[in-house]
Amino acid sequence: MSGVTTAPLDGGVSGEKRADIKARTFRTDRWWIQPAIVVAALLAFIVYSTWRAFENAYYFSEPLISPFYSPCLATSCVSGSSSWTPFGSWWVLSPALLILIFPLGFRMTCYYYRKTYYRAFWLSPPACAVSEPHKKYTGETRAPLILQNSHRYFFIAGLVFNVILTYDVLIAFRNGEGEWGHMSVGTLILAANATFLWLYSASCHTCRHVMGGRLKNFSKHPVRYKAWTYVSKLNAHHPRFAWISLVGVALTDLYVREVAIGAIPNLYFF
Amino acid sequence: MADIEHHKYDVVVIGAGGAGLRAAIESRELGKTTAIISKSLFGKAHTVMAEGGIAASMGNVNSNDNWQVHFRDTMRGGKYLNDYRMAELHAKEAPDRVWELEEWGALFDRTPEGKISQRNFGGHEYPRLAHVGDRTGLELIRTLQQKVVQLQQQDKKLSGDYESRIKVFAECTITDILITGEGENRRVAGAFGYWRESGQFVLFETAAVVIATGGIGKSFKVTSNSWEYTGDGHALAMRAGGSLVNMEFVQFHPTGMVWPLSVKGILVTESVRGDGGILTNSEGRRFMFDYIPPVFEKQYAKTEEEADRWYTDPDNNKRPPELLPRDEVARAINTEVKAGRGSPHGGVFLDVSKRLPAEAIKAKLPSMWHQFKELADVDITLEAMEVGPTCHYVMGGVEVEPDTAAAVGVQGLFSAGEAAGGLHGSNRLGGNSLSDLLVFGRRAGMGAVAYLADLDAAGGRPAVNQADVDAAAAAALAPFGHDGGENPYTIQQDLQQLMNDLVGIIRTADEMQSALERLNALKARAATLSVPGGRAYNPGWHLALDLQNMLVVSECIAKSALAREESRGGHTRDDFPVMEPNWRSIVMICRLDGNDVEVVKQDLPWMRDELVTLFDVSELRKYMTEAEISRIPGKVA
Amino acid sequence: MAHEAKFRVWRGDAGEGALKDYSVDVNEGEVVLDVIQRIQATQASDLAVRWNCKAGKCGSCSAEVNGRPRLMCMTRMNTFADDEVITVTPLRAFPTIRDLVTDVSFNYEKAREVTAFTPPEGLKPGEYRMQQEDVARSQEFRKCIECFLCQNTCHAIRDHEDNMTSFAGPRVLMRVAELEMHPLDVADRKHEAQEVLGLGYCNITKCCTEVCPEHIKITDNALIPLKERVVDVKYDPITWLGRKIRVRSDKD
Repeated sequence: MSGVTTAPLDGGVSGEKRADIKARTFRTDRWWIQPAIVVAALLAFIVYSTWRAFENAYYFSEPLISPFYSPCLATSCVSGSSSWTPFGSWWVLSPALLILIFPLGFRMTCYYYRKTYYRAFWLSPPACAVSEPHKKYTGETRAPLILQNSHRYFFIAGLVFNVILTYDVLIAFRNGEGEWGHMSVGTLILAANATFLWLYSASCHTCRHVMGGRLKNFSKHPVRYKAWTYVSKLNAHHPRFAWISLVGVALTDLYVREVAIGAIPNLYFF
Repeated sequence: MADIEHHKYDVVVIGAGGAGLRAAIESRELGKTTAIISKSLFGKAHTVMAEGGIAASMGNVNSNDNWQVHFRDTMRGGKYLNDYRMAELHAKEAPDRVWELEEWGALFDRTPEGKISQRNFGGHEYPRLAHVGDRTGLELIRTLQQKVVQLQQQDKKLSGDYESRIKVFAECTITDILITGEGENRRVAGAFGYWRESGQFVLFETAAVVIATGGIGKSFKVTSNSWEYTGDGHALAMRAGGSLVNMEFVQFHPTGMVWPLSVKGILVTESVRGDGGILTNSEGRRFMFDYIPPVFEKQYAKTEEEADRWYTDPDNNKRPPELLPRDEVARAINTEVKAGRGSPHGGVFLDVSKRLPAEAIKAKLPSMWHQFKELADVDITLEAMEVGPTCHYVMGGVEVEPDTAAAVGVQGLFSAGEAAGGLHGSNRLGGNSLSDLLVFGRRAGMGAVAYLADLDAAGGRPAVNQADVDAAAAAALAPFGHDGGENPYTIQQDLQQLMNDLVGIIRTADEMQSALERLNALKARAATLSVPGGRAYNPGWHLALDLQNMLVVSECIAKSALAREESRGGHTRDDFPVMEPNWRSIVMICRLDGNDVEVVKQDLPWMRDELVTLFDVSELRKYMTEAEISRIPGKVA
Repeated sequence: MAHEAKFRVWRGDAGEGALKDYSVDVNEGEVVLDVIQRIQATQASDLAVRWNCKAGKCGSCSAEVNGRPRLMCMTRMNTFADDEVITVTPLRAFPTIRDLVTDVSFNYEKAREVTAFTPPEGLKPGEYRMQQEDVARSQEFRKCIECFLCQNTCHAIRDHEDNMTSFAGPRVLMRVAELEMHPLDVADRKHEAQEVLGLGYCNITKCCTEVCPEHIKITDNALIPLKERVVDVKYDPITWLGRKIRVRSDKD
């Protein structure tokens, strides 16, 4: 990512009485690798998910539905993928666009993702003790970034989606004819996807706060303290769950797409 | 001189460690304007290094504890050379001083009932040390620092200025206490110093000065002390006409790091032993069982089995000998190493890895784990540490009146903490230092305020003599006056080596004679050293000035040690290896006579009846003369 | 095992200065501070450097070693190659006084803006009862040795000196979190955190946590929980309503 290292140096560490050092950093390690990897990974996901959201096809193959299109809420949804269509027929665009805002918002306002994209995309800062290219910085004190404080609402929306995707796992215990008591590779993939999404939500900083972090006295709330302790343990792995679940969603969608196209068979265990 | 910054304060506290801050808080709460002078930044004082805890007989863990037991332990640890009144005040007031810290925001580790948890420590009969992991000193300094800030916030509300009544002068060094009057009427009139940052001189007009400058350990090569510990307060008090007591007693902490060389001397907290760590030599033998002196036979286990049972059942078993007072353990390690049974880098092994699970070690001894991991690449949850004695603490210090902390010989001068002497006798128990800071820091603040009230009632405060100010300024600039002289760092290194080799943990008359001769030579060299550069933040210059203090204090130590012809606590003579009851009631007083250091003997006061009867006469017999024993009321003949 | 190391040390005062080269002996087991002190003792007795305990406990010897904010006493020389040029500069976010010594008074001034610990009225000393699980969170933050490396590294002030008036930095906000989580404290600092101390400037990029020599999880355990608490009172209509109708309180 040469774009990171050669970003215009308008800002920088300056100040009348500070040591007059022109170098942007004296770091000798390859500090730009991490932001570079993040940019590559997030761009790949954005490109893939945008293409898939607009593709508006191959997201359902009985009994599997892609997480990008679940719940499918418009009449235009392919048959069998939708049981409730509050948006009716006036919605002519891809039904994915109706719902993706919620997981997207959850991730956009996530404390971990904020760190990664502020660093990798906005270079604010690109790495620790490497000066950023901006002259002015107001952080999250004003619009639009003050909206990051809405994370808890997206967290709740994320939970709703987790429930729906878990329901999708349940109904995937059927075969192509809709008969219960079957299980395929696709069932496993949907299950893994839902699990990682649950772990991502459960390890979220807001979840930690809600579970018990906001309390002053844990000792008066032993159950919430236990919950907080557990969430805190998960929270240490929040970045890991954030990436696994992100890649997981894309791979799950890809699997459903390939099955829907007929490129690969959805093998059944029983 | 025009370039001297002037300030006027009721009380000037020199030193911003635990004792200094506690004194300043007291003085300010009693309504006096107070300056705190700190050689370093605010909150960096050597108090942060204290690890184990604050000794106070709150009885939270073992309800049998009370101030009498604490008093007894302190006297026993100090080999009955302690100033009994100080030991009494200390034991009585320590719990209140600890509880008060909670009111100011301190967060100690807790017992299951939610009280302050207390841990075992060498020489303390019951679990007594209030602690926060192994960073208790940091908690203490931060709490006091934040209390000062809280007072400043109150002042801001009243006057609009945070610093209207209590101000911290960070990175400022006092070089002289200014005095008026002669003899009985010697009184403090001010203090003179410089800003380290700019080299600018500062004059404080004040009638009351509290010396809380800590210790002298930087005069020794292997030490756990920081650069600040150059004995400034000791030397300031002497030059002002005060005297020092017990300077021959220097505590060598038994467990300092010995490797790598660059960290040699850094402390390994006693809690490692309190929490189960054992000492072994190169043969794998738990050698401390061979070094239990007769006076401690009653309290310490003779077998490993009994010692190990004590950790889980302290009421029915005797303590492991690793928890003997520090002087005993330090001497034992020294003997083992000299006998060729040491570890590869000249220490012995201290192992906690086989005694506690890794997680418990990390929870109870986090900073030790950290320190060995990062500085020595040793994981103490898996392997043994190598440790050896390191200069840690000076029991000696400014001679003070116990109740007011007023320095003997100069009116308006007070002293508390490590800079003051008497409380610990010949050897300090771990944990008694932090409580000392709080108890006598507060008393020094109270003492200063009471003195000012008397002074004001009697008609006013003394004025600074301009000639003294000029002389102080000239003396401070003297190191710039020589060209081509020696570098102060070389002289300091020679001093440290000399003190370590000749006035260290084991002493002889010959070696100390030779030390005194070499100290004279060093004084001559120091008088003509040169410092390049200017006055702004020039560490060479700062060291040159500190060096004067180190030299005079070192001479005090050597002369006092030479005069005391016995072994006791932190003073071990190879040529007089026995503790003599005749010496028990005698302390060494060190003063300046002109420029010469003189040492005289002085009698210790006799304990009040209700205190002396707290002890077993059979125990006192081991320390005291027959004549003294006969003074004890109701003693069994 | 001694070898000669190449050091470049920033020398100068009040901002003006330059990197100066030194060749200096290094022995086994040494740290950067040992080498700086050897330069001081043998080549430049007036080299200004701040240090106290040399054991990673006081937080005085903060500097930037090869561009990384570090305690010099905890930076071992064997982490560098023998022939590596080691650059040592003062903390770049603060005004320089001389050489490696910077003016860190900003941190002390901001610390004074935090409402002090406020115990409940009528609770006497000796009567404080707190459970270990209730004090553990704040205890983590009290491990802070005030080395100010987090303050120095935080880009919100490092790269934007003008923000120093409105943003107090991670160390100070962690102090707020510490008091907000103190089981017996009765003051409310949530508005103060956002409106006076500038919590909103924090964009949780975690450099404070990365440089903390005490390994305190400043961002995850102090700043984010504090942001969540601020959301509770400022940006969350549901909790606001809950407090209005008294089904929630901040006292639990």
